[in-house]
Amino acid sequence: MILLSVNHLSKTFGGLKAVSDVNMELKIGELVGLIGPNGAGKTTVFNLLTGVYTPTEGDIALRRETLVGLKPWQINQKGIARTFQNIRLFSNLTVMDNVKIAYHQHRSYGMLSAILRLPGFYRGEEEMVKKAEDLLEIFKLSHKKHELAKNLPYGEQRRLEIARALAAQPQLLLLDEPAAGMNPQETAELMEMIRWVRKHFNLTILLIEHDMSLVMGICERIYVLDYGQIIAQGTPDEIKSNPKVIEAYLGEDVSHAVS
Amino acid sequence: MTEMLKQYFKMSNILVTVAILVLFVLVNVGIETGYIDDYYKLNLFLICINIILAVSLNIINGMTGQFSIGHAGFMAIGAYGSAIMTLKLGYPFAVGIIVGAVAAALCGILVGLPTLRLKGDYLAIATLGFGEIIRVVILNIDYVGGAAGLNGISQYTDWPWIFSLTVITVLVIKNFMTSTHGRACISIRENEIAAETMGIDITRYKVIAFTMGAFFAGVAGALHAHYFYTIQPTTFGFLKSFDILVYVVLGGLGSMTGSVIAATGLTILSAYLQDYAELRMVIYSLLLIVVMLVRPQGLLGTAELSFDGIRRFFARQTGKGRGAGNDSAVG
Amino acid sequence: MDVFIQQLINGLSLGSIYALIALGYTMVYGIIRLINFAHGDVYMVGAYVGFWATTQGWGFLPALVLSMVVSAILGVVIERLAYRRLRNSPKIAVLITAIGVSFLLENGGVLALGAKIRTFPNVFPEVQYHFFNGAVVITNRQLVIMVVTTLLMLLLQYVVHKTKTGKAMRAVSHDTQAAMLMGINVDNTISATFAIGSALAAAAGVLVGIYYNAINPYMGIMPGLKAFVAAVVGGIGVIPGAFVGGISLGVIEALVSGYGQSLYRDAVAFALLIIILIVKPSGLFGSNVREKV
Repeated sequence: MILLSVNHLSKTFGGLKAVSDVNMELKIGELVGLIGPNGAGKTTVFNLLTGVYTPTEGDIALRRETLVGLKPWQINQKGIARTFQNIRLFSNLTVMDNVKIAYHQHRSYGMLSAILRLPGFYRGEEEMVKKAEDLLEIFKLSHKKHELAKNLPYGEQRRLEIARALAAQPQLLLLDEPAAGMNPQETAELMEMIRWVRKHFNLTILLIEHDMSLVMGICERIYVLDYGQIIAQGTPDEIKSNPKVIEAYLGEDVSHAVS
Repeated sequence: MTEMLKQYFKMSNILVTVAILVLFVLVNVGIETGYIDDYYKLNLFLICINIILAVSLNIINGMTGQFSIGHAGFMAIGAYGSAIMTLKLGYPFAVGIIVGAVAAALCGILVGLPTLRLKGDYLAIATLGFGEIIRVVILNIDYVGGAAGLNGISQYTDWPWIFSLTVITVLVIKNFMTSTHGRACISIRENEIAAETMGIDITRYKVIAFTMGAFFAGVAGALHAHYFYTIQPTTFGFLKSFDILVYVVLGGLGSMTGSVIAATGLTILSAYLQDYAELRMVIYSLLLIVVMLVRPQGLLGTAELSFDGIRRFFARQTGKGRGAGNDSAVG
Repeated sequence: MDVFIQQLINGLSLGSIYALIALGYTMVYGIIRLINFAHGDVYMVGAYVGFWATTQGWGFLPALVLSMVVSAILGVVIERLAYRRLRNSPKIAVLITAIGVSFLLENGGVLALGAKIRTFPNVFPEVQYHFFNGAVVITNRQLVIMVVTTLLMLLLQYVVHKTKTGKAMRAVSHDTQAAMLMGINVDNTISATFAIGSALAAAAGVLVGIYYNAINPYMGIMPGLKAFVAAVVGGIGVIPGAFVGGISLGVIEALVSGYGQSLYRDAVAFALLIIILIVKPSGLFGSNVREKV
């Protein structure tokens, strides 16, 4: 059963082709990696999938329903949630509020209930708090629920961002470099957590990551993006031995040496 | 159900209700007996009007993080709309207030929709432009007296009206803001892109913020018109808009209690300096600059002053307990 | 047709004033992303300095130069005292500070000089030149405004494109961090920008004093706002844009007044602003900048 299908997706900025003719398919329950050298267009793909950018060409469909032309919030409500490479939390709000905001789309009371403080408001808020607390428990953030998000250490901010994304109750979770800036031990814990939430929430996950141990460790399939094009796909073992991939990464190293 | 009742009859709710009633009765008696003379009454009423203006602008600028500096335009719509209803068409005051406020709210939508694509400075200037356009248009309508304005409006605004509307305004906005709908607005302020990718319909909530803000500015305008007998387009120029902006910024963007305190404090300050009009404005502007240099986030930042917060603060001071997490008097 | 040509001429001289003020807005915005609300009041101060100098019997040119120098210093002082410390603060704080400075200059002006309107000395006795059988009139004062504005524009182009300071200004406005790394003294460059912008506004103030003969401490508010509109219309941060925006705004306003809608004159500027912001927020000559996700 196909959850997400991306067909001939392209995005140009001015004259620059950031993403060109990308085709991808994600089956329900898969854990897939998207890798590639810096500037290959990975985050652009995420921005296209979540509606932050509109594609120049091509189609994106979730359960055969096209997402092109929808606003980011509509796509989120359809079932795609994401995290950001450069963490985008509501930094002046508490950990709890960060999660509750993502529950907003599943609210059970209207504006009038809120203003008049009808019983429905209290019931709805209680329900939200309960769900948020459950999530924070999973991500080991319960004890910090009243802290401001900006005061959390880096690793916890990354975890909170995932918790917040899950609060939207998505079918597909997009993780943009979830392990960036983490030490090996934190990365190992994160891998465990990703595996666990996938099972627990019946999620399909697509993740961008530079940490190869993480990607090779947990992904079932990997897409490799270079200069905006998919140059390879397959299991971690196939990818490791693919000459095109090696060349792409080596090419990056060479160019680093020059610049 | 008992749980629910507990929510309604919380200690802080009871305390606030009692405080509001006591304040209302005391002032009412004071006015009736003449103990509060016209001068104090005027300033008291100005405080109430300014509180309504400040908290309503705070929805737009403080909570939702938009940047409107044309708030007096909405006030003008409320003032003129209500005055037309009572003075020209002979309707009761209540109808006037509602019509004025709804008219202002409609203008809020009108301003909100096209300016949604704008951010920051650009939005500020556009709202300023809208405010000025409203003023110039009113100036050119003979039906409402043009530059001479409307005169002979009945003085319907009395203490029960102004006090109850101030309390209602503050309460409605507070209840909105502490609900999931209010959090949706706040998430736009905190990070628009994150809010949108977390399923918040940012367009809807920006328009709601503008509409609510404009609605209550309209209420303030109606109260203003029916207290001062007369209104002119110049009353609602951009100097008035800046006055309101100053309350919100000095109080702390996003803090309702901050807005209330700043509106009250500055109204009192300007009453004291009334005899030195020129000096008053100099002091006012210096105050503005100094506060911004010393404390750019305003008096309270985004925090709120609350009973619970104060209790936690004192509990910590006496070393008996520690407020959970975000522990300060402003919780 | 005569009315049209007449209003075009009036519009060009009014537009020159807007353009001179708009340049300061656009340069400052370009370099520190601040709408310097006090800029209109610097223009007012410039007019008063010109007023003082001419009543002392100074000629037009010395008065103009003095006014420009004094205002340039004022601009630099404002930036040093009020804006510099807030460079990394939230935008609204800086904007409020700018509004505060603006109030301070206006009300300080009222306190020190009185609110009454001052009449500028008659530096240039008015000479009218008639065309089309007297249907179109150009005064020598209008000519002075246009000539001075053109000369100042050319001078500015020279400074911005040919001098070291100008190159530094362009570099800082393009990328402050990179400019700093390249050894450009950012603080001094920003000061220079304020000095140049304020001097241009002061020139506008003196020219207006000569043109309308009347000045008061609140004279900077409306022209200031409108000049900002002009800067936005032209594309804020773009120097030729400010010039084109200012001239266009002046001409449009003059045409609206000329065809009998003078009461709507003030609304025109803002309506134009809103249309531009919605249709092309980057202005006529600006380019779009989008937030990186």
